Amino acid sequence: MTQAIALAAALTAFWVLLSGYWLPLIIILGVASILLCVFIAHRLDVCDHEGHPVHLTIPGLWYFPWLVKEIVVSNITVAKAILFGGVRPQVLRVKASQSDELGQTVYANSITLTPGTVSIDVADNVITVHAIMDDTADGLRTGEMDQKVCKLMGDPVPESGSVKA
Amino acid sequence: MAAVLDIITWVFIVGGVVFCLIGGYGLIKLKDVYARLHAASLIDTLGVGLILVGLMFQAGLTLVTAKLALILVFIFFTSPTATHALARAAINHDVLPEVETEEERELVRSTKTQTEATK
Repeated sequence: MTQAIALAAALTAFWVLLSGYWLPLIIILGVASILLCVFIAHRLDVCDHEGHPVHLTIPGLWYFPWLVKEIVVSNITVAKAILFGGVRPQVLRVKASQSDELGQTVYANSITLTPGTVSIDVADNVITVHAIMDDTADGLRTGEMDQKVCKLMGDPVPESGSVKA
Repeated sequence: MAAVLDIITWVFIVGGVVFCLIGGYGLIKLKDVYARLHAASLIDTLGVGLILVGLMFQAGLTLVTAKLALILVFIFFTSPTATHALARAAINHDVLPEVETEEERELVRSTKTQTEATK
């Protein structure tokens, strides 16, 4: 229920931002489409903690800036490797210490979003990763991102160095 | 003030263009599908990101800036999905990455999706 209300609120904000008009007819159409969307999401049963993770909003405020910093740093690293050499493609497996699928999805998505590493498979708490160079692969092996995602999800944070899978 | 905003916009957009160009060069230069995914991810993170931020400085505190921010958020959520889908498609059609050891190739091969036809 909380998720349904949060979804309605998010859709309202989204709709107002995209529309910018305050005419009665348009407002009524907007309200109708929001209610329809929430109803369909409820019927489809996608309106749960996985489909609409509102509980991550506050921890996300800490995680997201860190992720953006990581993206900027590895962008520069990969750009240098493309221009000046140092490309050495490799495949590695890292442990995903998160307790549920939502956490592992967030971790795998973060790996892919960061240039230089692409997650190609997730199975049984192990993520198979294709990395383009030693630098980005080693960055993943330190397990810092794993720890940050665990913190984000509220799971027990693993000790560093326990990422080898 | 307008000149300062213009300069900031220029810095961001030129930065974004540089990353797009490097990404495009990487797409041509790198050897296989998997390596090229990394070059593409330069374009859809900092390349797009810097250009959109630059445009936000031009739009100022208006509804347009909010829409640009939404575009950024959606790109951040959808591009890893597309990248992952590309990698899965390559694996499922037996395209393996050019890596140094046979074990690494085997790691990738073992993740091929099992369907009724391949069992």
